[in-house]
Amino acid sequence: MPVDRARVLRMLLPVLVGLAFLAGWEAFVRLNDIPVYVLPGPIRIAQRLVEDWGTLSDSLLVTLEVTFAALLAAIIGGGGLAVLFAQSKWVEASLFPYAVILQVTPIVAIAPLILIYVRNTELALLVCAWIVAFFPILSNTTMGLNSTDPNLLDLMQLYRARRWQVLWYLRLPQAMPYFLSGLRIAGGLSLIGAVVAEFTAGTATAGTGLAYRILESSYRLDIPRMYAALVLLSGSGVLIFAALSGVSWIVLHRWHESAVRRER
Amino acid sequence: MTPLVRLRNVGKRFANGTEALRAMSLDIREGGFVSLLGPSGCGKSTALRLIAGLAEPSDGTVEWPGGRDGAGLGFVFQEPTLMPWRNVWGNVFLPLRLAGVSKAAAEPRIAAALASVGLGGFAKSYPRQLSGGMKMRVSIARALVMRPRLLLMDEPFAALDEITRARLNDDLLRLHAAEKLTIVFVTHSVYESVFLSSRIVVMAARPGRVVADIAIDAPALRDEAFRTSEDYNRQCRIVSAALRTAMGEQRHAG
Repeated sequence: MPVDRARVLRMLLPVLVGLAFLAGWEAFVRLNDIPVYVLPGPIRIAQRLVEDWGTLSDSLLVTLEVTFAALLAAIIGGGGLAVLFAQSKWVEASLFPYAVILQVTPIVAIAPLILIYVRNTELALLVCAWIVAFFPILSNTTMGLNSTDPNLLDLMQLYRARRWQVLWYLRLPQAMPYFLSGLRIAGGLSLIGAVVAEFTAGTATAGTGLAYRILESSYRLDIPRMYAALVLLSGSGVLIFAALSGVSWIVLHRWHESAVRRER
Repeated sequence: MTPLVRLRNVGKRFANGTEALRAMSLDIREGGFVSLLGPSGCGKSTALRLIAGLAEPSDGTVEWPGGRDGAGLGFVFQEPTLMPWRNVWGNVFLPLRLAGVSKAAAEPRIAAALASVGLGGFAKSYPRQLSGGMKMRVSIARALVMRPRLLLMDEPFAALDEITRARLNDDLLRLHAAEKLTIVFVTHSVYESVFLSSRIVVMAARPGRVVADIAIDAPALRDEAFRTSEDYNRQCRIVSAALRTAMGEQRHAG
């Protein structure tokens, strides 16, 4: 079927482009005899990834632990604040500017301070990652909670719905697509936040996350290992995004335009 | 006979100074089918919202001689106003759920409401899978599921094509008779209001006010024969003339 062929092609094309890029890279490195401490080829990087799998996978777990804890905290913190904002315009008006300030201040600039005040390093990393990740969830969910059909609100009033009923039956489901789109952004950002925080903490503490491994390898001029750690980080980011997109599809595919496939 | 609702010199002025409605007095009697007919801006939707309690009058009073809660209200908007994340069953369940009725107790009532609008087999469909006319039927079923005595409808069929509209008009008259409903129906169509109503309140704009109150003389259950009869045409002409006068007055006033 032509439709299926188009779909296969859509999946295949980026893979082919990737393979061609890697092959070109390997050829470039080999043909020009580029030393491994300047630019290692992909095969060398893959070898290093396998050799060092023990250390690198342990570090990956440490980074992912911070990432997921931060994402969870962002869901609870961002979603909770959004629900609070939806209860009263005054609460929103008083607190939202500070959420924006927290968001626009570069995390690398705040991280050293947080590391000083929060003794527990892992907790400090978590706080940094949370600061980066919670805002998209907060702002998206707030928008979703406020974009309820006014006629449906009238209907709720007509049937004398209580406040919690309006929230539970109307505002929260209405906000779900917005929340999920914020969640997908927050997933990537919590990984970025965790890595940035690790970099800042890296020299000061005995961290063992992937960012710390990258720093450590750069001091030793172990470039292949830097790349290997980088591959793990990007891979994790992609998987997190894919997983959250999957969650979004599962929740929305029955009704929301973004997830409904058009029948032609 | 005491009316179900009584509007006494009701006026509504919005915060921006617009006078949406001036000194409207209207008795709505049980079992009637009253149409509020007029151009846009004549306050007919405002009047409906005041009756529903969705807005407060600036002047005058809205009285419920028999008590408002005893009357039971249903409201149908111009748009179907369904929750896209709930299927048809869930949408019709909403008012019952808000009233604390269990799913098991709601089941037969929802089935009956869906059957009465001809959507018996669509309980599991989602709104996006339905046509405009079917969505409107769901909206009507949701209003009927609470067995209201008074059904308020705000240009419910304005966005539908003529064929669907005629069908829904027929079904609405059947429901009106079968469920012993009292209906207040907002429309800007002379033909629709004459076909449906026992009484037409003609309104003018700027400020919104009542300019004529016309009783329609026709059998309760009207059919295709009535739609093409000379009697129907004659009454359409009368209402049309009243509306034209209303628009003329409006022009002079503006």
